[in-house]
Amino acid sequence: MNNKGVDKSKRQFLTSALTVVGAVGTGYLAVPFLAQMQPSVKAMAAGAPVEVDISKMEAGQLIRVAWRGKPVWILNRTPDVLATLKTLENELRDPLSNESEQPPSSKNPVRSIKPEIFVAVGLCTHLGCSPTFRPEIGPTDLGDNWKGGFFCPCHGSWFDLAGRVYRGVPAPTNLVIPPYRYVTDTLIIIGEPAEEKAA
Amino acid sequence: MKPTRLNECGNWILDRFPVTKFWNEHMAHYYAPKNFNFWYFFGSLALLVLVNQIITGILLTMNYKPDAKLAFDSIEYIMRDVPWGWLVRYMHSTGASAFFIVIYLHMFRGIMYGSFKHPRELIWIFGMLLFVALMAEAFMGYLLPWGQMSYWGAQVIISLFSAIPVIGEDLSLWIRGDYVIADATLNRFFAFHVIAVPLVLVMLVFMHIVALHEVGSNNPDGIEIKESKDPWGHPVDGIPFHPYYTVKDIVGVAVFLLFFATVIFYMPEMGGYFLEHANFIPADPMKTPEHIAPVWYFTPFYSILRAIPDKFAGVIAMGSSIFLLFLLPWLDRCKVKSIRYRGGIFKKALLLFVVSFMALGYLGTQPVTPVATTLARLFTTIYFGFFLLMPIYTRWEKTKPVPKSLTRLHSLEEQLHTLEEQLPALIDEITELKPVVTEIGHPAFKSSFFNRRPNPEGMMKVISRLAKKAKGSLD
Repeated sequence: MNNKGVDKSKRQFLTSALTVVGAVGTGYLAVPFLAQMQPSVKAMAAGAPVEVDISKMEAGQLIRVAWRGKPVWILNRTPDVLATLKTLENELRDPLSNESEQPPSSKNPVRSIKPEIFVAVGLCTHLGCSPTFRPEIGPTDLGDNWKGGFFCPCHGSWFDLAGRVYRGVPAPTNLVIPPYRYVTDTLIIIGEPAEEKAA
Repeated sequence: MKPTRLNECGNWILDRFPVTKFWNEHMAHYYAPKNFNFWYFFGSLALLVLVNQIITGILLTMNYKPDAKLAFDSIEYIMRDVPWGWLVRYMHSTGASAFFIVIYLHMFRGIMYGSFKHPRELIWIFGMLLFVALMAEAFMGYLLPWGQMSYWGAQVIISLFSAIPVIGEDLSLWIRGDYVIADATLNRFFAFHVIAVPLVLVMLVFMHIVALHEVGSNNPDGIEIKESKDPWGHPVDGIPFHPYYTVKDIVGVAVFLLFFATVIFYMPEMGGYFLEHANFIPADPMKTPEHIAPVWYFTPFYSILRAIPDKFAGVIAMGSSIFLLFLLPWLDRCKVKSIRYRGGIFKKALLLFVVSFMALGYLGTQPVTPVATTLARLFTTIYFGFFLLMPIYTRWEKTKPVPKSLTRLHSLEEQLHTLEEQLPALIDEITELKPVVTEIGHPAFKSSFFNRRPNPEGMMKVISRLAKKAKGSLD
């Protein structure tokens, strides 16, 4: 026993030590609490590849299929459309898709394995709305500069018919191209990468 | 007098639990300024709406199913098959919009009378946290019906987080709990909407009120009533909250309920503003509705997001449009609180701000067109100008002298009396007597018919006089 009063430094030490131990414990507990909000194993396992028969597609037709819960577009492009695509490069933000997401087999100006058949995830790279398919040229609501493409009604982003984003719109990059491959000429599988050809 | 059994029982409790003390501190002995006007209804109305949301919300959870396959149908089940389910659901959905109307007016009151200024900065901060929590609550609640607008609205808002560099993609994945908006998202939003955020809201309301009762209420004159006290230590310009303001608030409640009930019973969808048309279609992950817009109370901020032609910058602009409100107590350098004694420049800035806020709100409900985008950019500039230029224009403000004690307001009776006196002269001014020209009747009587007809010249005079008065009040 001493009568010099209270030794505050010991209290201070105990308080600090307890705070540190408590903080570490809270940190450890936070890991499972936060991690349990990650996608579950079941959610990660979902998303099997989807087979699409394109033999009955007409020129200019767009079909939608669901892959991993997302809309995927398959568009049969006409020669006119392909010709128009070449004239747009100056108006596009990333015409050669250097900053955009696509498998190597689709990293070309028309962004597809076969030029006619265009496959893309139908979600705007801005905030994830599904753009509308507007193939007509110069409609009244979009103006004369519209050469046919995808228009996002949510925030007004413009994409051409190769999913390439225009300059001066909110979307930062081109539409995402999913991995896909041709099983036969008229059957494609979405979700499996194309075999790399020796280029 | 011998205490009765009931008294003894009451005292037994009061000795152990300070109900009376609490009541006196916050109601019977809480002195509020005498001159509260109708702008002071909205605080208590917000509390009323919160109670409404909690009660109807609890009832809704008894029949709602937070499952992507069952959610939409369970709402229709509540609307059609549950006894009075439609009423409970409409009270909840209308309550959400009413909450924002009341809160926006409450916030405007705070800006107008300088209630955010020293010493009430923390009240304002708690209030802003409440506003953010309320937005989160409303947003998550809107996903639950699992309609088209629920789905795509949530898709857009969650994608906002993906704009954050580096961690954005993982963060939005973590929020969704799946690669797209799915059952996992619906289930967790239900948990947040029903338990987590309401707890935060109630806690913040408690802190908001405790902080308010510590420093005391502001008032339309913006003077501190605690500075002049009577010999008993009560503010000269104050009256006990109970019974004076509890009774006054009941009047506000009655008027509010009149509007509230009208919407619930006659226009629960409010022309697609309170319940959007596209939300009557079940969620379809394959197709975005032709025109998507958030519910009206988010549209001003949504317009700002849309106005910026860059993803990350847009998200930053939207975030800072809300964050700037937090900084208001430090942006405003003017010592005078109430708009009644502030300079013309602040009045004009506030008017511009209100106009641009409403215009942004309207534009946010409309589809994107080049004209709308240009306008949205203009109003976004004004919105930010109001806050960012505030430290400059409030410093040079020419204020009027602030009175020492509350100014006396004319009673309603007096106001009516003056109006009564002025009315005949006003009628004479905006009308003129004209002889009635008629084909029927004896010619001798024709000239004796006179009729009051509107006088365009007089009307213009009155209008220009009113306009001058309105302009004068801005100086």
